[in-house]
Amino acid sequence: MSSYKIIDHEYDVVVVGAGGSGLRAAVGLAESGLKTACISKVFPTRSHTAAAQGGISAALGNMGEDDWRWHMYDTVKGADWLGDQDAIEYLCKEAPEAVIELEKYGVPFSRTEEGKIYQRPFGGMTKNYGNGVAQRTCAAADRTGHAILHTLYGQALKKKTEFFIEHFALDLLMHNDKCQGVLTWSLQDGTINRFRSKITILATGGYGRAYFSATSAHTCTGDGGGMVLRAGLPLQDMEFVQFHPTGIYGVGCLITEGSRGEGGFLVNSEGERFMERYAPSAKDLASRDVVSRSMTIEINEGRGVGKNKDHIYLHLNHLDPKVLSERLPGISESAKVFAGVDVTKEPIPVLPTVHYNMGGISTNYHGQVLTKDANGSNKIVDGLMAVGEAACVSVHGANRLGSNSLIDLVVFGKAAAKKAAELVKPNSKHEIIPDSETQKSLDRFDKLRNSNGSTSTANLRSLMQKTMQNKCAVFRTNKTLQEGVNEIKKPWEGLSDLSVKDRSLIFNTDLVETLEFDNLIRQSMVTMASAENRKESRGAHSREDFKERDDNNWMKHTLAWHKSGSVDIDYRDVHKHTLSNDVQYFPPKARVY
Amino acid sequence: MVQFALPKNSKINPGKYHRSSNGNKNLKKFKVYRWNPEDGKNPSIDTFELNLNDCGPMILDALIKIKNETDSTLTFRRSCREGVCGSCAMNIDGSNTLACTKAISDIKGDINVYPLPHMPVIKDLVANLTKLYKQYESIEPWMQSLKNKDIKEEKQSISERSKLDGLYECIMCACCSTSCPSYWWNGDKYLGPAVLLQAYRWIIDSRDNERKKRLKKVADELKLFRCHTIMNCTNACPKGLNPAKAIGSIKKMLVTEKIK
Repeated sequence: MSSYKIIDHEYDVVVVGAGGSGLRAAVGLAESGLKTACISKVFPTRSHTAAAQGGISAALGNMGEDDWRWHMYDTVKGADWLGDQDAIEYLCKEAPEAVIELEKYGVPFSRTEEGKIYQRPFGGMTKNYGNGVAQRTCAAADRTGHAILHTLYGQALKKKTEFFIEHFALDLLMHNDKCQGVLTWSLQDGTINRFRSKITILATGGYGRAYFSATSAHTCTGDGGGMVLRAGLPLQDMEFVQFHPTGIYGVGCLITEGSRGEGGFLVNSEGERFMERYAPSAKDLASRDVVSRSMTIEINEGRGVGKNKDHIYLHLNHLDPKVLSERLPGISESAKVFAGVDVTKEPIPVLPTVHYNMGGISTNYHGQVLTKDANGSNKIVDGLMAVGEAACVSVHGANRLGSNSLIDLVVFGKAAAKKAAELVKPNSKHEIIPDSETQKSLDRFDKLRNSNGSTSTANLRSLMQKTMQNKCAVFRTNKTLQEGVNEIKKPWEGLSDLSVKDRSLIFNTDLVETLEFDNLIRQSMVTMASAENRKESRGAHSREDFKERDDNNWMKHTLAWHKSGSVDIDYRDVHKHTLSNDVQYFPPKARVY
Repeated sequence: MVQFALPKNSKINPGKYHRSSNGNKNLKKFKVYRWNPEDGKNPSIDTFELNLNDCGPMILDALIKIKNETDSTLTFRRSCREGVCGSCAMNIDGSNTLACTKAISDIKGDINVYPLPHMPVIKDLVANLTKLYKQYESIEPWMQSLKNKDIKEEKQSISERSKLDGLYECIMCACCSTSCPSYWWNGDKYLGPAVLLQAYRWIIDSRDNERKKRLKKVADELKLFRCHTIMNCTNACPKGLNPAKAIGSIKKMLVTEKIK
């Protein structure tokens, strides 16, 4: 049995993660007087929210008429009818207030001539239920995520949030089907810390690094999803992985969809603006799954650009240099640094690149985590919430619209804080939990730390990433997915022959990467199995052997559990109702852009 | 003769030499600072030979390659790998910059990689920036006393908003502050360029109503006036910002707005 000295802490609420959703939740919790800790494996402003570029959607109507119902319709359609419409109503209705709040916090939004928040067109964002382009995406140049993240960190400081920085969360402390806190490892001093809390909010982001090529940061390893699977809880809709149309070829760095919003377009080797063929009305501003598929088809049919005809050009060089320098300065710099391209003169080489996980920890629109009870009915997991990319509410369904993620962070971060304030009495007593939960987690930690096999974490990770990239990409078939289900077991089984060289406790990043791999591989297995299981095409999940959406059999959420190396699958109904009478349910129809 | 007593572990020893196994075609030597707080040894410089034909273009790519293939104990921070998160700030070839946006091909000869200078080292290339973060907190980086208290957005003209350009983009990587000799000697009291740039970002925001209070707060011989316009900060900034100019603007405002 491993023995580590443990430092104990008690809080009303603990937030794990300090990106946009975690910080917004922490601010709300502090406002309601709850004793709150915010734990993060990186300093808050290093979180991946900083990399969000194009903007945050809200029907403010600053640049032409707009209505949150139109935003809702677009989101439902973008989600290919897999989103829960009660949650989507909540998101779109609350969005304008949430953005105004950010503005009041100090976010340096770009401005219109009248001094209002500037809004740009974005993929899938339309007026009047699909009739015309809406300018709905509020932007701070092309650094909107950076601006929001830094501003929210400032607000959290203002509210005197207690931060625990460079703490790596190991496991949830579950007892009697209830979450009672979380165990962490402090990288700075090497100590183990046990946080007791009445509610734990997971705001740990996506797991983009399960793939070989992703716009995601190295730290996007879905640590919350990993902890949830280890706690015996399911993840939802994990087969839906968004490929962003414009990652820089070769390196995967993001070029915002806002570049097409400002007038950029994609071109194949014949110099053709091919999106006009695939999406006659929305063209380059169709939703991301549609554009990524179209690009992949162009490349597969031999019309890719470059020496190996394996990518596509994004042209911005026809745009006014003033637009580029004022509205797209960040990506102009990225293109220069990572592709050696001067965007005023040359096109950017781009390729669809893994970008976002629509799937995640199953929650309701209050952020409360859901599972199933022994009878198969939906059940709230007491003491546990999830927000942001880590969660699956589900508002993004089978495909997220660009700029709907930043709004998701703040709307549901705020909603979770509000719900937590209703559920928790400040400074109430903590239940006693047995030490066995802590010990279970420490044994795993200790075992990984002292792994003395022959395969490095980097090798296992690379095997996992290549398998995900080759077998579970933009287009999928029964063959690739079945191979994938088998092959993804190899890196999992590789854990038994793992080698960790660094045995220290202070800033042991060899061990951090190993713990992150443990989180990634579980989610990779669940993703592959969920994709193999879903026999239809919907949103980002595109099967060449089941080309159509099948609402009769598959308009349901996948729930997947990871049990000692195998994946169990069940389902949850898609909510076919709205939250209020302010809007009617949008019944499914053909999805054409 | 004056005797200087340097701390016991300040002497840097030569470290391990890791030869490249894949021939020696396009080889580059990376000389990397190593220090493990748990082994009781002095810091050392390890040398890693790398075949550049088989490596990404940036310094961070090289460090990751070393960690993946040669020595998994090599410790450094990294996250976004595209110059927006500020994690991988370090001293490369004698200058502070981000490993993820610094091209290997920009450097002639062997490449020296050290942690950010004059900060306590936690391990290898990981510097402890806690002090800088505390200083950041001290300038109250949040909007104060809004002019317009109703639920509508605060309006800001395009020209007022443009005053925030060159300021709000700061990613707090600390390359500037840790390149500043004044900050090296007086870092406990002098706020340093990164934090003063942020202070100016709030001072100049037309939506904020506490300009005078903010100016008074930094109008201090040590907090502000330890800047002697050495300009290392502006040279170092990997985002092309100009902290020295922001500091100059604060000093000018103290005069023109008659704040003492």
